[in-house]
Amino acid sequence: MAAQVEAGAENLGVENGKIGMWTFLVMDAMTFAGFLAGYARLRWSPGSGWPMPYETFGVIGIQLTAFNTFVLICSSVSMVHVLAETMKGNLKRAENWMLATIFGGLFFLGVQGYEWTHLIMDKWPHMLSAGAAPPAYNSNFASTFLNLTGFHGAHVAVGVMYNVIMYLGLRRGKIDQDNASLIEIAGLYWHFVDLIWILVFTFVYLI
Amino acid sequence: MSQSDAMGFLSPLTEKAENSWFWYIKEWVCSTDAKRIGLMYIIFGILMGVIGGVLSILIRIELFSAGADIMSETFYATLPGMHATLMIFFFVIPIFTGVGNFVVPIQIGAPDMAFPRLNLAGFWILPAAAAMALSAYLVPKGAPGFGWTGYPPLSVQASLGADLWIAAIILVGTSSTMAAVNFLSTVFNMRCKNMTLFQMPLFTWSLVVTSFLILASTPVLTSAMMMLELQRTFPAAFHFFDPQGGGDPILYQHLFWFYSHPAVYIMILPGFGLISEVIPTFSRKPIFGYAVMAWSMIAIAVLGFVVWAHHMFTTGIALRVRMAFMLLTMLIAVPTGIKIFSWLATMWGGSLSFKTPMLFAVGFIAMFTIGGLSGVVLASVPVDIQLHDTYYVVAHIHYVLVAGSVMTIWAGIYYWWPKMTGRFYHEGLGKFHFWVTTIFINVTFFIQHYLGMQGMPRRYFDYDPQFEWANAISSLGSFALFSVQFVALGNLVWSLYAGRQAEANAWEDGETLEWDISSPPPHHNFPEPPVWEPVDRSHDEEEGHELQPQPSPAE
Repeated sequence: MAAQVEAGAENLGVENGKIGMWTFLVMDAMTFAGFLAGYARLRWSPGSGWPMPYETFGVIGIQLTAFNTFVLICSSVSMVHVLAETMKGNLKRAENWMLATIFGGLFFLGVQGYEWTHLIMDKWPHMLSAGAAPPAYNSNFASTFLNLTGFHGAHVAVGVMYNVIMYLGLRRGKIDQDNASLIEIAGLYWHFVDLIWILVFTFVYLI
Repeated sequence: MSQSDAMGFLSPLTEKAENSWFWYIKEWVCSTDAKRIGLMYIIFGILMGVIGGVLSILIRIELFSAGADIMSETFYATLPGMHATLMIFFFVIPIFTGVGNFVVPIQIGAPDMAFPRLNLAGFWILPAAAAMALSAYLVPKGAPGFGWTGYPPLSVQASLGADLWIAAIILVGTSSTMAAVNFLSTVFNMRCKNMTLFQMPLFTWSLVVTSFLILASTPVLTSAMMMLELQRTFPAAFHFFDPQGGGDPILYQHLFWFYSHPAVYIMILPGFGLISEVIPTFSRKPIFGYAVMAWSMIAIAVLGFVVWAHHMFTTGIALRVRMAFMLLTMLIAVPTGIKIFSWLATMWGGSLSFKTPMLFAVGFIAMFTIGGLSGVVLASVPVDIQLHDTYYVVAHIHYVLVAGSVMTIWAGIYYWWPKMTGRFYHEGLGKFHFWVTTIFINVTFFIQHYLGMQGMPRRYFDYDPQFEWANAISSLGSFALFSVQFVALGNLVWSLYAGRQAEANAWEDGETLEWDISSPPPHHNFPEPPVWEPVDRSHDEEEGHELQPQPSPAE
């Protein structure tokens, strides 16, 4: 393993890794910005024929996703606990909170998978078989929905893997009080994914 | 001094590598040393530049005379796009990343980049991406023929080669964002004592600004490419750019140019920074208006984000919007002009020494100004409607990218070559290279302004015979321009065997930290963390740099 590169005499007062993660998140946010800008352009152009989300998903669909959003936010809260307990040195507790965080991410992905299956099989059969009639509304409603939630879902999946690696690091004693910043950096990513979801949820489901 | 000391970071690290070429090369391939990665970037970039040059020569051979000459029109259609892809994504951007990798950590007094392994991974993505882009020629129906812009609907209908091209573009974007994350973390967190932000050399500044540009613009291109690929792969399900499915082809152009306009600044700002190192050294005078030089780069970067629609004046966007973009585009000439005049003011009253890097720097200032001015011409809406997609645009882009980026790349390679290898190139051959390059850039590209004004469209396989003489001149110029580059490459290779040994301060007047350490630098740059001696960057009369000796009015 290459030696960790230390900060120089003139620095921003944080580890290199934290700046690296922040700059990466700027880049990632711009990727979502590209997708969201595309969404906005397609939806709010004159005569786009965009459906009301309430009518397409149904009230139950939106409520299910709202609950899913709640679970994801809770997993962000538990991530905060992981960091707090690691900094205090309660590694056993930190491990358990991390398990809760991982579970939150997996639950989110599960519900999203269920929702995708339902939507593609029942609402948008034209996606699978060329013969099926496309919906009466602008079919980019479906395209951008899958695009945005899918790209976000991939981020959640990566985040779950990231958290599993951190969990193993905690278990094997490679992460403790002294390098809790590793957890903090993982947390930055996890909270970012959460924040992006709130934007996606608002754009795609609510307004 | 032992042999390995004289070879600095080029010397093998292990005994195994000392005795066998295989292990020595393996050591380079797996090296996390920013200097070695930087050199690998430069070698890779030059290689891709040669392949991209061959493609452009094929274009010029075909256009030498009117009518079909040596190739089919479908093959010709692939050439402009693949030439541009290779030159932009695999030549100019990687070479600047490479020079930055070598120079930036040393200039700020750091032992290495902040994330050495990320650095290595970012580099090795590039050859894979290049192999993907080039392998498009090997699949059925060949490389995509839609130019480097990849506009739908053509890019949606194109064959398998387009998928390879899209994947390569996404990979290149990933690689350059990895480098940008690394540069920003390095510069913000690893500066040596007293190297505050406004003490940093301007080349380092230019890499910081460029990295922000990459960070904020490249992902938007990635998102556009992903949408394009989704639409190509699942035509029944995705209709982002398909009007029949409720999509909008202009959306792609917005997303594409939101990246690709800042991309031209990604390709020129490091050159600006580099020139700001070369000119003070060979003028033996500190840079004029240091802070303004840094701020004008920031201004160019900020403005660069709000001008993208000037590439789309003929797509039917509202006149009011076009006017706004025209105004903002012309505004960019202001910070650029500040830079040009600051370079001139740096030379003014200096003790000039016209070594090859300085010649390239001065040639760059003169010819880039032509490219900048034709940019202002193209920015005005009514003129652009006339000149859109003509050879005038080709002339403009080549004046800013060949007379701009390529000239600065050569200035940088000649300038830091003694530092990188410890050997001087042959000065006479360097000057010969400069003069032939400069003359034939103008022979090749200046006439294309005329062709464009007369209405010759770009990317066309055949043209009206009245354009024949001008095209022949342009083609002849391009052959000479391309062949003389091999003189320079030969010169560089020659220097490794027979070049004069370089001192630590190879040009005697280098002021930045890389000139304090031996040439080539040792493995970890500095034996112990350096301390920067702050430079007064002001031009006060009492302290700081004198501007001009003023005759006293009393006498």
